[in-house]
Amino acid sequence: MITLEHIDKKFGKFQALQDIQLTCKRGQCIALIGPNGSGKTTLIKTILQMVMPDKGNIIFKGEKVNNQWEYRSKIGFMPQMTRYPENMKIGELIEMMKDIRNMSTNLDEELINAFNLSSMFEKKMGTLSGGTKQKVGACLAFLFQPDLLILDEPTAGLDPLSSEKLLKKVAKEKAKGKTIIISSHILSDLDELVDDVIYMQDGKILFHTKIDELIFETSETKLTKIISRKMGSVHV
Amino acid sequence: MYKIIKHIMADILRNKVILSYTLLLAIASFSIFALEDTSSKGILSMLNVLLMVVPLFSLIFSTIYIYNSSEFIELLLSQPIPRKTIWRSLYFGLSIAMSLAFFLGSGIWILVFQADYLGFMLLLIGLLLTLGFSSIAFLTALLAKDKAKGIGISIFSWLFFAIIYDGIILFLLFQFSDYPIEKLMIFISFLNPIDLARILLLMQLDVSALMGYTGAIFKDFFGTQMGIIISYLCLIMWILVPFKISENIFAKKDL
Repeated sequence: MITLEHIDKKFGKFQALQDIQLTCKRGQCIALIGPNGSGKTTLIKTILQMVMPDKGNIIFKGEKVNNQWEYRSKIGFMPQMTRYPENMKIGELIEMMKDIRNMSTNLDEELINAFNLSSMFEKKMGTLSGGTKQKVGACLAFLFQPDLLILDEPTAGLDPLSSEKLLKKVAKEKAKGKTIIISSHILSDLDELVDDVIYMQDGKILFHTKIDELIFETSETKLTKIISRKMGSVHV
Repeated sequence: MYKIIKHIMADILRNKVILSYTLLLAIASFSIFALEDTSSKGILSMLNVLLMVVPLFSLIFSTIYIYNSSEFIELLLSQPIPRKTIWRSLYFGLSIAMSLAFFLGSGIWILVFQADYLGFMLLLIGLLLTLGFSSIAFLTALLAKDKAKGIGISIFSWLFFAIIYDGIILFLLFQFSDYPIEKLMIFISFLNPIDLARILLLMQLDVSALMGYTGAIFKDFFGTQMGIIISYLCLIMWILVPFKISENIFAKKDL
């Protein structure tokens, strides 16, 4: 589905990404984890080319997409710190996105209903709480039935009930065969969802392993435990 | 592109600042034309207002608008839209809205009181300045990530073009008054859109006779058909060049 080849990115002198190699197959669900500032968000933004890589190729569905834009129509992105035009109402924003994407049918409005967003369509984005903005972001990511979903800390800031609804939706999309890249610090959210784990540190991928192998290797079942054991052994 | 422009226009036209700008221009233009006894004096006063207010407003408003749209730009960037389209739509949306504000505020009064060659020229110059200075703002807004710094740069560039530049020219004129620098002066005035606009219009008025030898040289150049065409082309370059540079920067910018 998506392959990154030798991606390098520097912000000034700071090496944000260093020789990133990554392959994500169709239908896979990959968890992107790592400490703060390890380059997870930069990596995600590089896939979307909101951050332009200094070096390396981005390959989407077998085609090199550096400096292209059409491939983004197949991607649903939910940003981390969701910021939206402040004087726009929720309803207007969603209508605008439909208008820009030129899609008014075949939409996935399940999350809009699940979060009961339509009752808040008249509220302005600037007045919303962080959690509600997250919900809008989630709805927009799923709305256009994308093949690849990229979720950057989707559950941060959501209440437990909404968080549960969102994760259920992610699981459902995964069952449909969608490819999912999800980054999170709340590892318990990712149990039962992910196939692969990518652990990043200082702009490098420390390991990229199948979850089954990790479970076998560490003889733990919970991701939290797996990671702490794995990282413990690395440092010792 | 048309769709994005539509959404941006809708957003700007709801903005109260641009409405007050229109109102301010309308009041100023009407009172100038109503107070001055000859319309030629009216044109001159209008020119002075336009040369100060229009660049200042275009620069500051555009800069602030771009910074405030950072969320919007980020949102559009994650969508299947090329970067060039985003940047151009932003420029067209903004400059169309501001040109409209200028036309409704000043343009109508100019056409009512002075519907001749001079009036049209004033209107055209006002529009070109609006477009040119928002184009400069698009460039300055990309030079600094920090909003306060960006606005600072655009205020300074206004100060530079409106005041400091003339000071430097005056200084040079006195320092090199023994040398034949009149031709050079023509070239130097091309480097400042405000000066260019001012000279272009002054040459059409009788007051240019009072400007001495330099005025005569200027008249020789800016008074001719060729000179006028070159000056307009130069004003258009002031729209295209800064925008093109900003577009190239935006194409590589990380958000």
